[in-house]
Amino acid sequence: MAGAARDELSPGDAGAGRRAVEAVWRIESARIVGALARYTGDFALAEDVASEALADALEAWPRDGAPRDPVSWLMTVGRRRAIDAFRRRAGRDERYAALGRDLAEGGAHAGAAPLPPGDPDLLFDPDRIEDDRLALLFVACHPVLSREARLALTLRVVGGLTSEQVAASLLLPVPTVQARITRAKKTLAAADVPFAVPPAAERAERLGSVLQVVYLIFTEGSSASTGDSWLRLDLAHEAVRLARQLVQLVPDEPEAWGLLALLELTAARFPARTGPDGEPVLLADQDRSRWDRSAIRRGRAALARAGAARDGAGGRRGPYGLQAAIAEQHAVAPSVDATDWARIVELYEALARVAPSPVVDLNRAVAVCMAAGPEAALPLVDAVAAGGGLAGTYLVPSVRGELLTRLGRTAEARTELEAASRLCGNARERAVLERKAAALATGADDAQADGAPVSDARGA
Amino acid sequence: MPKYMLIMRGTDEGQAAYAEKDFSEVIAAMGRYNESMMNAGVMVAGEGLSDAAEGAVVDFSEETPVVSDGPYGETKELFNGFWIIDVPTRADAVEWASRAPLHGPGNKIEVRRVNGTEDFPQDDEWIQKEAVWREQLGTN
Repeated sequence: MAGAARDELSPGDAGAGRRAVEAVWRIESARIVGALARYTGDFALAEDVASEALADALEAWPRDGAPRDPVSWLMTVGRRRAIDAFRRRAGRDERYAALGRDLAEGGAHAGAAPLPPGDPDLLFDPDRIEDDRLALLFVACHPVLSREARLALTLRVVGGLTSEQVAASLLLPVPTVQARITRAKKTLAAADVPFAVPPAAERAERLGSVLQVVYLIFTEGSSASTGDSWLRLDLAHEAVRLARQLVQLVPDEPEAWGLLALLELTAARFPARTGPDGEPVLLADQDRSRWDRSAIRRGRAALARAGAARDGAGGRRGPYGLQAAIAEQHAVAPSVDATDWARIVELYEALARVAPSPVVDLNRAVAVCMAAGPEAALPLVDAVAAGGGLAGTYLVPSVRGELLTRLGRTAEARTELEAASRLCGNARERAVLERKAAALATGADDAQADGAPVSDARGA
Repeated sequence: MPKYMLIMRGTDEGQAAYAEKDFSEVIAAMGRYNESMMNAGVMVAGEGLSDAAEGAVVDFSEETPVVSDGPYGETKELFNGFWIIDVPTRADAVEWASRAPLHGPGNKIEVRRVNGTEDFPQDDEWIQKEAVWREQLGTN
């Protein structure tokens, strides 16, 4: 393990020192927490002591300069803290006294591998690192935890973000994030969740939760539901990195590849998704030359891998693979008009079969509008509205308003768009809706009237 | 997301030391390093360059460029290859660079941020042309 050459870790520059410690942590936290969890058999304790080691490093390294081997330094501190913790608990329970002695002497916690004494590098069993990483993801995304807790814990232990960074990216106060993580660890302990990759019978469901958490991190980052920050790139890219890690860990899972493809292809559009003043630019109006071509290439390659993995495993396309296939249709189209909307309608129909939801139905209606015109789409939107699944959100009135605009039913369109803007929680998106409604109110020739496309329910 | 290029630069001395090593060990060390970047989800590109002696140098010091064979004449530092990684901060890029399996005097990695579209005026005719080329090439 290299480490002596960290130019940013000269003593005295606290800001740079902190950034350098955080960089080491982002790379190594999963490995460190994973190894400590495996050896102590206690995930919560491992996370506690790893956090303490990080806090120590944030204090010591900027002051004293970086250690020659930062990872060993962190592991040594974490291990020592784990031993201390076991010894403290020993006062209450003789079982912990034995564990503390074992840990200090290199013995084994029952059911865990023996802890090598001395060199903390030996804690890293090269054959186990990937298993540890995967176990960590499965535990952090365990269904026993609330969705919010899964997000915070995954960002922290797998993504290697500090509590402050997790808080900033989720737009939450730091104490809220800390409380969520503490509560999550208690919940895992109370439920006796073992630190392990789940057995085959549970695997599909548990993997589903991991995929969902990575997807939610991405959507958290790419469209904040409230507030002014329409695009939080860092969190979205954190999710892309997590998805890339995941396919390395479970390369035979088609939906892991499907998720990676979806995130790469969606992130590819980020450079074109905001205008000069940070306002959202809808898919129809995006300058496609600004799309990230290498991300599109990676996304399409991942989608092909999803197909190959599915051929190997059998079975139909899952929701992530299907959404990625839709994103791919947009990515390869030179313009909105030249998009294969009929194909997109088919893909939404397939998606509605495997993952039925009113949002999917609404997006299908938008695709139908593009493929066959607003007359064909309006009954589908009305069916979604009648279903009531999206009641109280801006989605139905916003799409309905656009369809009515295209049908020349201006007064009704304006009512819908005004309703949509009242219901929209995101300031930037609200401004777009208000502009559209205002354009109709003044009788201006609206862009939609010349056959410009309708944006789908997810906006860009 | 910022992209960083980790540029392998070495002197003759550094190069020579590597020439003496077991080639399969060098490949294995580099492979493990690349694997760690793949597993972390940060690697997006990387290439190594063949022997500088097979190349040429075009020198613009004079009004008419002067071409010479092989590596730089006086400068002994060679550009030997690169990685491009997707990481959130320069500190991450420096940390990854510090883990490269390069050891000994004369071996260096320079860390540079890769310009993105945001670094150029988008209304410039040539920048717009370039966007079309990038689409053809599948690069960004």
